Amino acid sequence: MTPTLLPRLTRRYRFSASHRLHSLALTDGENRALYGKCNNPFGHGHDYVLEVTIAGTPDSLTGLIMPRHDLDQWVESKVLKLFDHRYINTDVSAFAASVPTTENVALLIAKVLAEDWPRAFPAVPAGLTRVHILETGRNGFEVLADEVRRGSTRRPSAVPPGDK
Amino acid sequence: MYITRKAEFSASHVCRLKGLSDEENRRAFGEDAHPHGHGHNYVVEVTLEGEPDPVTGMIVDLKQVKQLLEEEVVEPMDHRFLNVEVPPFDHVVPTTENVAREIWDRLERRLPLASARLYRVRLYETSDCYVDIERSPISQAEAS
Repeated sequence: MTPTLLPRLTRRYRFSASHRLHSLALTDGENRALYGKCNNPFGHGHDYVLEVTIAGTPDSLTGLIMPRHDLDQWVESKVLKLFDHRYINTDVSAFAASVPTTENVALLIAKVLAEDWPRAFPAVPAGLTRVHILETGRNGFEVLADEVRRGSTRRPSAVPPGDK
Repeated sequence: MYITRKAEFSASHVCRLKGLSDEENRRAFGEDAHPHGHGHNYVVEVTLEGEPDPVTGMIVDLKQVKQLLEEEVVEPMDHRFLNVEVPPFDHVVPTTENVAREIWDRLERRLPLASARLYRVRLYETSDCYVDIERSPISQAEAS
């Protein structure tokens, strides 16, 4: 078949935030055993790297899938502003009752961006395809936007410990 | 199976359209619209798809891929002002999207090599911005 050469654009952003991994469904001892250092009561922080990928046909005039500035401002307002230099557990309301593992942070960001895309860019012939977060240079977490739209991702924190 | 080879080239470009005002150019291209141009250390990763030859154990001789990248990308683009010296960017805006697509087209003309066909071109304009052109069919639903 004829290949579909639909370009994807990936932009990389950064935010620094602290978090503590502690599940209300577990005892203090279980939390310490499960999360180890990440359960430190005072929290700890990371310089997160966030990659946002979109796919679409470049505009025939400008050769751009979309102006970078529009994407940057959107990610800044929907995500970076929320997380940068914050303690995720207390400053990001979505984590009042769920554990801010980077799995859950990645899922939340993917959900927020996927849901807001049609409102923010109704006229842009492109779509969000992927969110990837590096918690450190060694840990990466990736969510495809289709997973969010289909609702096929399980939220790890919503799974009772006994089911894991 | 996939095999990836990386190459680098440093080049200058400017993204602006004659038909647009300064303000419109800035709106579309941001700092990239500055009329005198500016440069990047571009990194291109070319991924080929194929199966290892049962005798050599190789999908493709990487020396040939290196040579191909040298001839089609590095030699023509390294230390050049893309808009002036590298067609089609005398009349096509050298956005990351368009440069990636041009590299794809140049390589596609010279491939396959042995059983290896072009699978993906990834072009980094900076470490914080890259474009992928990939053969795999992406559903249009994704882009809607």
